[in-house]
Amino acid sequence: MNFMYMFPLLAVLVLMLLAYIGAGACGLQSFFGIVIPYLALLTFLIGFTRKIMGWASSPVPFRIPTTCGQEKSLPWIKANRIDNPDTLPGVIARVFLEVVCFRSLFRNTKNELHGGKKLIHSWEIWLWVFALAFHYSFLVVVLRHLRFFIEPVPFCVKALEFFDGFLKVEYVDNILQIGLPGIYVSGLVLLGALIFLLARRMIIPQVRYISLAADFFPLFLIIAIACTGIYMRYFSKVDIVGIKELAMGLITFHPVIPEGIGAAFFVHFFLVSVLVAYIPFSKLMHVAGVFLSPTRNLVNNSRIKRHINPWNYPVKTHDYDEYEDEFREKMVEAGLPVDKELK
Amino acid sequence: MDDLKPDDFLAKIDRKPPKTGWMDTPVNIRKGMYCYASNPKSVEYLSLPNARKWNPLEEDWKLPENWQEIIHNGFKERLERFRSIKIFMDVCVRCGACADKCHFFIGTGDSKNMPVLRAELLRSVYRNDFTLTGKLLGKFAGARELTIDVLKEWWYYLFQCTECRRCSVFCPYGIDTAEITIMGRELLNLIGLNIDWIATPVANCFRTGNHLGIQPHAYKDMIDFFVEDIEEITGLDVTPQMNKKGADILFITPSGDVFADPGTYSCMGYMILFHYLKEKYGLDVTWSTYASEGGNFGFFTSHETMKRLNAKMYAEARRLGVKWIIGGECGHMWRVIHQYMDTMNGPADFLETPVSPITGTRFENASGTSMIHIAEFTADLIKHGKLELDPSRNDNQIVTYHDSCNPSRGMGLLEEPRYVLKNVCNHFHEMPPNTIREQTFCCGSGSGLNAGENMELRMAGGLPRANAVRHVHEKHGVNMLSCVCAIDRAALPPLMEYWVPEVDVCGLHELVANALILPGETERTTDLRGEPLPGMEDGADE
Repeated sequence: MNFMYMFPLLAVLVLMLLAYIGAGACGLQSFFGIVIPYLALLTFLIGFTRKIMGWASSPVPFRIPTTCGQEKSLPWIKANRIDNPDTLPGVIARVFLEVVCFRSLFRNTKNELHGGKKLIHSWEIWLWVFALAFHYSFLVVVLRHLRFFIEPVPFCVKALEFFDGFLKVEYVDNILQIGLPGIYVSGLVLLGALIFLLARRMIIPQVRYISLAADFFPLFLIIAIACTGIYMRYFSKVDIVGIKELAMGLITFHPVIPEGIGAAFFVHFFLVSVLVAYIPFSKLMHVAGVFLSPTRNLVNNSRIKRHINPWNYPVKTHDYDEYEDEFREKMVEAGLPVDKELK
Repeated sequence: MDDLKPDDFLAKIDRKPPKTGWMDTPVNIRKGMYCYASNPKSVEYLSLPNARKWNPLEEDWKLPENWQEIIHNGFKERLERFRSIKIFMDVCVRCGACADKCHFFIGTGDSKNMPVLRAELLRSVYRNDFTLTGKLLGKFAGARELTIDVLKEWWYYLFQCTECRRCSVFCPYGIDTAEITIMGRELLNLIGLNIDWIATPVANCFRTGNHLGIQPHAYKDMIDFFVEDIEEITGLDVTPQMNKKGADILFITPSGDVFADPGTYSCMGYMILFHYLKEKYGLDVTWSTYASEGGNFGFFTSHETMKRLNAKMYAEARRLGVKWIIGGECGHMWRVIHQYMDTMNGPADFLETPVSPITGTRFENASGTSMIHIAEFTADLIKHGKLELDPSRNDNQIVTYHDSCNPSRGMGLLEEPRYVLKNVCNHFHEMPPNTIREQTFCCGSGSGLNAGENMELRMAGGLPRANAVRHVHEKHGVNMLSCVCAIDRAALPPLMEYWVPEVDVCGLHELVANALILPGETERTTDLRGEPLPGMEDGADE
């Protein structure tokens, strides 16, 4: 299964090289700084919309929530109104908790055959912890980047940066020689979580077995994005002012390529473009799918309110008359009532 | 299987994945793990496609010439009809959280029994046939063509899933393998690849009204037989009404309850309860021979077949002119009634919202379908003090409760049976929390897999359940596993026999009837099974 991760790793390296040489040696800065980002965004918008429309175009013929708690029944029995929602607010709470807290993943257990005799199911929290860490740190990183696209930088973005950069290391400057700016927690958490998720995929035999190239590719891609970002921020001196000019140009549809932006930035930017364009064609669509999942977003009230199946069609049944015609004699003999008497 | 000792069975479980990737590991159809192919007569009777004699072990499965085209078109049609399947094909991230949640993976160690891989068997073909990346990148995008070997793999593993939905509880996107298996089996049925343990009960049910093919007079005979047994135990004649027009309530239960022990004791339990309520409160219940099946193996064939069988319930309620319906103890029956019936065969506008004439309770939770679960009905009776109970009659039973998959994860019936149990017996102990309620483990034989020829598969699938039972057996001396499912009552006894032989299996209403004090009954010396009641051990022989 080696090629399952060698291939995507190679793909990401090739992409990096492409941007490095393309925007550097070949001087195709407009291509990587303007054309590709616009194309990527367009691909994303069209692809994403089409995917959602595609899902939405199929009906939900049956009401099939997975119920994870007591249903609402008799008034004196306490119902679990979130895990087995009987109302719309219950469903909203359920989906909200799923999206924001990864509630189902929180339940995760690990099963082992203890001493070759006894099955033990124990709580397994780490996948949940690192999944949450990854998604939230990624969110913070994305929000932080808004500072490049908005002028003046809004207060909330500044505040986010302030708290994210809370672990400033200026006071140990002299020892570490890292210097300003302060270290963003989000970047470190993001990279750490990514490495956990990758290691998990490579080490746990079952997870390695089920993993496809399409599972490793986004991991390598985002790791590369994080690494180039960290490199630019802490190690190379990129021209932040120039990059902001480029970003503002893109967002206002007056794209410009300022002088003096290093090739490292174009590598970073190109990888982000690839990620954005890749989303609609990949498993990353789970970001939208989780809202539409019929086992999570439906009210469990199918004995109260009739759910309509738009393609419900008549079927051939075996009706009572046919049944009685076949068995009438035996029924009469057994003393069972019949609709038509024996002739 | 016969000579495989439990300890050796456990030692044999190897969860290490094969050296070759799953796409390159061909299926090995192994005796003991699969069910026999469907009898062509049954397939023909139902007018389902490609009725012929075939054998899964033979090379040639006698498929129609254009089977790939049939499957492709069938797949396309289902993607257009079911949003669930479309989303579940697209959004899986293969995090693996579902892997060790499946009883078949736990019990067999077979990688393809991880829910994620079971779904990938279909997803790989979906990507190849319906997605751009799959078409462009092929194997790198996890896509592959539907070859005859892939098809055989589908068949083998889709009939190693009991549609229990446990994995879907843990999936961060709610991906439900049951939904995928249902769809996969529907596709297989398009080219005549069913198993006989499903096809023949479905044909029987279509014709005679129940899976076992019991004809009306024989059904009545069996009930009469129970009447005699009950008279011997209680001294009372509890003969129920059958096919009675104008009764208030129609009662429908799985036919397994009239056919095989220990389901029969639950059946006697219903009869005793209804007799009690008739004598004391004038409750007017009828049974039906036409709708003499609560279960629905059509559910394991296709949505259409499910609808064809389920139609009988409302048809019979309408013909008899009852006001509402009570359903007996059954698992998948209740998923069908709760989540499908009204949509498929409703609206039930000719019925009323169920109101218990005894307690006055209006079952608002069934105002649409007009069908309530007997555990809901009985729990309400007990809560209102309408049943005279002597739980000490069940004192020989140290009871635990097995939540059936479908009422737990496809409905949410968790507290009612527990409330009833705690009122009809004095010794009740729960199994560990990760093995009950919405996390309950399947009996390993659901969704039509409770045949005789796949016993090794069943013992593997039932292992996590049996293991939890053994835990409470060792800890609390539990000797009775109660449940509200007819397949459980058929499947759990051999499972217990193999893994925890000291534990017996019963239905909820068997225990209710043991405890229920009937007006005018003779002093009972035995329970419904003819076993002496506590303190009656000496008198029972006389």
